[in-house]
Amino acid sequence: MISSSPSTSSPWSIDLLLRCWQRLAAAVAGGVLLLLVAYLIAESLPALMRIGPLALLTDPSWHPLEGSFALLPMVMASVGIALLAMALALPLGLAIALFLTVYAGRRLRAIYVAMLELLAGIPSVILGFWGLVALVPVIARWQAPGTSLLAAALVLALMITPTIALLSHLVLRQAAQTHALTTAALALSHYAHIFRVVLPVAMPALASTALLALGRALGETMVVLMVAGNVVQFPASLTTPVRSLTANIALEMAYARQEHRSALFVSGLVLLLVAGGLYFLIARLQRGDKEQAPVESAA
Amino acid sequence: MIRSLRQRPWSDSLLALACTGAALLLAGIFFFLLWDLVRPGIGGLSWQFVSTLPAAAGRDGGIAPVIVSTLLILGVCLALSVPVALGTAIFLAQQQRGLPWAAWTRRSLDLLAAVPSVVFGLFGAVVFCELLGLGYSIAAGGLTLACMVLPFMIRAAEDGLRAVPREYHLAANALGLSQYRLLGAVILPAAAPALLAALVLAIARALAETAALLFTSGYVLRMPSSLFDSGRTLSVHIYDLAMNVNGGERNAYRSALVLLVLLLLINTATHTLSRCLSGKARI
Amino acid sequence: MHANPVADPAARFTGSNATGHSCAQSVPAADAAPALTLRDVTVAYHDRVVLRDVSLQLAVGRVTALLGPSGCGKSSLLQCCNRLSDLIDGCRVQGNIRVFGEDILAAACDLRRLRKRVGMIFQKANPFPLSIRRNIELPLIEHGVRDAQQRDHIMEKVLRDVGLWQEVRDRLQAPAQSLSGGQQQRLCIARALALAPDILLMDEPCSALDPIAGGRIEELIGELRGRYSIVLVTHNLFQARRVADDVALLWPMPDGSRLLEFAPRETIFSAPQHELTGLYLRGAMG
Ligand SMILES: Nc1ncnc2c1ncn2[C@@H]1O[C@H](COP(=O)(O)OP(=O)(O)OP(=O)(O)O)[C@@H](O)[C@H]1O
Ligand SMILES: [Mg+2]
Repeated sequence: MISSSPSTSSPWSIDLLLRCWQRLAAAVAGGVLLLLVAYLIAESLPALMRIGPLALLTDPSWHPLEGSFALLPMVMASVGIALLAMALALPLGLAIALFLTVYAGRRLRAIYVAMLELLAGIPSVILGFWGLVALVPVIARWQAPGTSLLAAALVLALMITPTIALLSHLVLRQAAQTHALTTAALALSHYAHIFRVVLPVAMPALASTALLALGRALGETMVVLMVAGNVVQFPASLTTPVRSLTANIALEMAYARQEHRSALFVSGLVLLLVAGGLYFLIARLQRGDKEQAPVESAA
Repeated sequence: MIRSLRQRPWSDSLLALACTGAALLLAGIFFFLLWDLVRPGIGGLSWQFVSTLPAAAGRDGGIAPVIVSTLLILGVCLALSVPVALGTAIFLAQQQRGLPWAAWTRRSLDLLAAVPSVVFGLFGAVVFCELLGLGYSIAAGGLTLACMVLPFMIRAAEDGLRAVPREYHLAANALGLSQYRLLGAVILPAAAPALLAALVLAIARALAETAALLFTSGYVLRMPSSLFDSGRTLSVHIYDLAMNVNGGERNAYRSALVLLVLLLLINTATHTLSRCLSGKARI
Repeated sequence: MHANPVADPAARFTGSNATGHSCAQSVPAADAAPALTLRDVTVAYHDRVVLRDVSLQLAVGRVTALLGPSGCGKSSLLQCCNRLSDLIDGCRVQGNIRVFGEDILAAACDLRRLRKRVGMIFQKANPFPLSIRRNIELPLIEHGVRDAQQRDHIMEKVLRDVGLWQEVRDRLQAPAQSLSGGQQQRLCIARALALAPDILLMDEPCSALDPIAGGRIEELIGELRGRYSIVLVTHNLFQARRVADDVALLWPMPDGSRLLEFAPRETIFSAPQHELTGLYLRGAMG
């Protein structure tokens, strides 16, 4: 006769193990952010205490070995590159999303989306490399040395456009579908349908897509490191070679010591705060927009 | 899609023109980029390139140690991130949205997903290289990458697990099934395609990453003899050849092509595999 | 305690009375311990009380129809009886529920054992996305039937019980989802029966089915009468009249639904105690 009483190796003791594993895993996963913030702050403290946050902005130049720590030019370069890239990528991405939502037939849409996914999947180091060998020489012909704010912004725009287009397409398609019958019943033109109904309805979700892309542009390292020129100076014109905060970390982390190193962590902390601020904004946008499907956090 | 019966106003046509133009522009750039990347590299691409040692700082020779380091770093990354991500995803998928500490975990992961990779590099340099004493090593690089891909992996896996109908949970509980049995026999097989997709997403991210590795796993081009050796991944190799090695372009092209082909292969393989899996679940 | 409260599935099917499959409990003695006793059961979701002070005693081997307007808490009441309510966010159950005398709301209650004794059938058939065979095997393996032959034996027995054996004997490896809705529901019943439960909770088992498939299930319930104590939630008063031995009527009140009336079928349909009961049972029947 077979007994139904649970034996020692019963799945129910395995269940206990399973539960422990899940809880532990969740604690680890949740703890990474805490650790990251904690160590970043701890490593930034020496610079913030000894150099002072004000000096980091007002020092005349970035000569860390001589005790001069001006982060401001690099902050400006980062912001300039990201904003210019956004100014290019946002209209382009939105127009492509509209094209996919409204004008493309089903076959063409599927093909184009596959192409966008491929483009979005190209590692940034390869994009940076391509920018270096293909784009920079073109700009150099016009204004040497070619590595510049403009070059970085162009490659960065190419990097974030597919993401913007894909996410906006999702958002627009949903808005267009929910309101298709209404606008058809009102006999609105295509143009009115898109501009009076779909875009306004989708606006909050589109805004969070844009913020997401901005976050990626500000945080990107490789492209900027490879094509922006890496000269620490204020971006005076489009063709000025500049160095971004992220590139600065990547360039100097390997040999930085003491205050210098700590100053790099301060720039890391700044990047983290910016990311946090953008995340906060996106979360608020999505909360105020519950009916819409939430946009995936990054693609 | 709606076609109004009235004649289109001119603004309609203008909009159509602009949007189509934008789409054509990006498609054009894409094919130009592809052509530009493939043409110079394709000639020198051979099994020999992948399997021989580099010479002259990578200018000549192959990329065997780079491939080995890449695979090792990827292995370390997955060995750590998969158990943590799967456990967390199962935990989060079970929780009702309201629970405070599940909500907190989810929020902290979303924020982690927004952190720039170079910041992960800083974190890894402090915690893994210095605190754990791993130095510039494959282990430190893999650990750093594991932290980085964790939020993406968890989010994708959780979505997949949540998509499994709740009826199965109810049925299993009504039959007194253990969680072990429910997960093993029903939930995980049903979610397998999504879990696989989560894995691929993480692999693609890890392979593409450069900035977080520059000062955690280091630059060394030698064949690694253990996990505590420094080693460079394909993407770091591309960066180094392009930026720091004069005349390194030829091999940079080839390495870039290898990386692209690798990513494409992984993607295609999983598409096929996941189609098989979901097919099996349906039949 | 009842004579055979936790028959293990194997013993139940292979024991001396395997052919008859009817245990001592088939003919309820008037004074036998009730199968299910609810005393002052109150159910609340997030502090909103949906059921208040429900007290019931279900006799062994009888079919009890649970009636009431939509949203009055019939499903909620069923879910308390096998503690599926534990899985529902914000659900609180107070009072006392006993299965063959054993307090199941107690913290020490072995949920696994409880859910084996108290089977549940849902409105929408929910077989696992596995083969037909695997659907029935899985709970058997879980509850300790190690011998494959024994499992096959039980499987054939329960599939015959639900009238599915002839239809699926040649394709046990086929996925359960390939069955029709009615067949899936019968498979779910077979799956529950495989664990040899004492009580079956059925939450509108026919309402997602067409009349013919629903009729099969109804017949099946009639056949199971006497062997299992059954609680059947239904909106179909004809069905209640056809299959129920007893009828319980829940009625929504401002502060949560209450049990309006509980009586044998003949009594409640011909001479209801409560005016509302009469109106509901007549009015709804046209
Ligand atoms: N998970 C839940 N959270 C909050 N309230 C719930 C939940 N489930 C049910 N309720 C509420 O409890 C009440 C009873 O629901 P229940 O599903 O038990 O009713 P029912 O009698 O089975 O209805 P129906 O006949 O339509 O199936 C309803 O008012 C419902 O809104
Ligand atoms: Mg119900």
